[in-house]
Amino acid sequence: MSLMELRGLTHVYSQGTPFEKTAIDNIDLTLRHGQTVGLIGHTGSGKSTLISHLNALLKPTAGTVLLDGEDIFASKASMRAARFRVGVVFQYPEYQLFEETVFADIAFGPKNLKLDQGEIDRRVREAAAFVGLGEDTFRQSPLELSGGQKRRAAIAGVLAMEPELLVLDEPTAGLDPAGREDLLEKLFHWREARQASVLLVTHDMAAANRCDRLIVMDHGRVAMDGAPEAVFARGDELTAIGLDLPAAAHIARLLRARGIDLPPSLYTLDQLTEAILALWRRKGGTPC
Amino acid sequence: MLKDITLGQYFPGDTPVHRLDPRTKLLLTLLYIVTLFLVDTWSGYLLVGAALAAVMAVSRIRPKAMLRGLKPLVFIIVFTAVLNLFFTSGEDYLLRWGIIKITRTGVRRAIAMVLRVVLLVAGTFLLTYTTSPLAITDGLERLLSPLKKLHVPVYELSLMMCIALRFIPTLVEETDRIMSAQKARGADLETGSLTQRARALLPLLIPLFVSSFRRADELALAMECRCYNGGQGRTRMKQLRFSWADAAAFALGGLLLAGVVLLRRLGL
Repeated sequence: MSLMELRGLTHVYSQGTPFEKTAIDNIDLTLRHGQTVGLIGHTGSGKSTLISHLNALLKPTAGTVLLDGEDIFASKASMRAARFRVGVVFQYPEYQLFEETVFADIAFGPKNLKLDQGEIDRRVREAAAFVGLGEDTFRQSPLELSGGQKRRAAIAGVLAMEPELLVLDEPTAGLDPAGREDLLEKLFHWREARQASVLLVTHDMAAANRCDRLIVMDHGRVAMDGAPEAVFARGDELTAIGLDLPAAAHIARLLRARGIDLPPSLYTLDQLTEAILALWRRKGGTPC
Repeated sequence: MLKDITLGQYFPGDTPVHRLDPRTKLLLTLLYIVTLFLVDTWSGYLLVGAALAAVMAVSRIRPKAMLRGLKPLVFIIVFTAVLNLFFTSGEDYLLRWGIIKITRTGVRRAIAMVLRVVLLVAGTFLLTYTTSPLAITDGLERLLSPLKKLHVPVYELSLMMCIALRFIPTLVEETDRIMSAQKARGADLETGSLTQRARALLPLLIPLFVSSFRRADELALAMECRCYNGGQGRTRMKQLRFSWADAAAFALGGLLLAGVVLLRRLGL
């Protein structure tokens, strides 16, 4: 069933001035319940503009956004309602922390939902647990936390609103590889536990790899849309629009270029290992 | 949203007006203001208006952009007009109804004041529309440099202005970003009583202050890393030089002033 539908979505910045720029251009997309969708694209391809429409922060120049079949821009009330059902975590969310304590900051969203104190309490604790923030941090000022903790506290602030669709804009930017892996693990775990949908905007191909579906954007349009293996099989097109391939797909591509006969859709290290071992066996070798 | 404010907005371009030395444009703007205040005849307003239109045409600033810039001033313009319309003393009544009196002089003065305000604002907008903020500060610094003899810290002042101008777009962007983030968490910045709305600004202002301080710190550090030690002996990448075009511009400005003075003398 479709959760969200974009129809002919177009956004033009600074219309009528010399700075006029079409950020997204006539986009049609459908997001289904329970999917984890990766949105990849070069800087300036319109990803961030696109996601600002999903919770009615930006009004489209043309086109509509439907949430469960209803236009989210229909009224002020529906725009506000969309904000509570679609949680958006922007880039570098740690800069939005402002409350005196971590607890109060995570509770900001639920409080705006006008929940009772008991429910707010439960949601804050649950969200903090999902991102791995201990209760010992609750009484600290968010500004005293470490960089990674700040990021997690800010994400918890959106998780505590229990959105049906969670949109994250580069949630792992600026983290070290271990921190990246850890955060992704936690987000996927959250999605599993809440049976929610996730839209992940990312540059990190390892993260894109783990999605059910990938949408590739280029110059404000959807360039590709499909399962990761289908998208990564089109390596040449991806590199042409300035995107990286996952490490495994990149190696496979280089090997293929040297005349080694590998199947086209390899994009995880396990698949690559498997394929190379299979080749090796066919040639009569024994794996060491 | 916030990006739409046209406070001294610069429209990049490559016209003779854009290419003028910023010092020329600053001085000519001053001259223009003086000229405007010397005008006291309709033909004078016509002349100044024609000159303004000509410069707008040369610099390819569309009337639409100019009108957009004037929009925030509508209140002041209407207020000036109303004030002059009703509170000008005189005997040549056009309309008399109780305490409301409108005189011919009043109507004339109201129109003249509106013309004056519009021409004044449009003229100064022309400066900021065709000159980048950096060029303006550069020009100001050079024009004020004689004050250095009086121990006025001209260089430091212009650096501060330069940095402040440089960070306006960054701050606007940052405000937009934090606003989006807090709205995404259900913050309501638009409705409620005045105190409620003031309170609703806290989630916006605190992160903004925090990041401004962080940014100032980083900027100071970066400047020190590059051995910044004040204005002593610094050279510039862009040297300001007067050219024949500047001379021509000054000549045209002088011509306008002379024209206005002449019309004033003749009382046309």
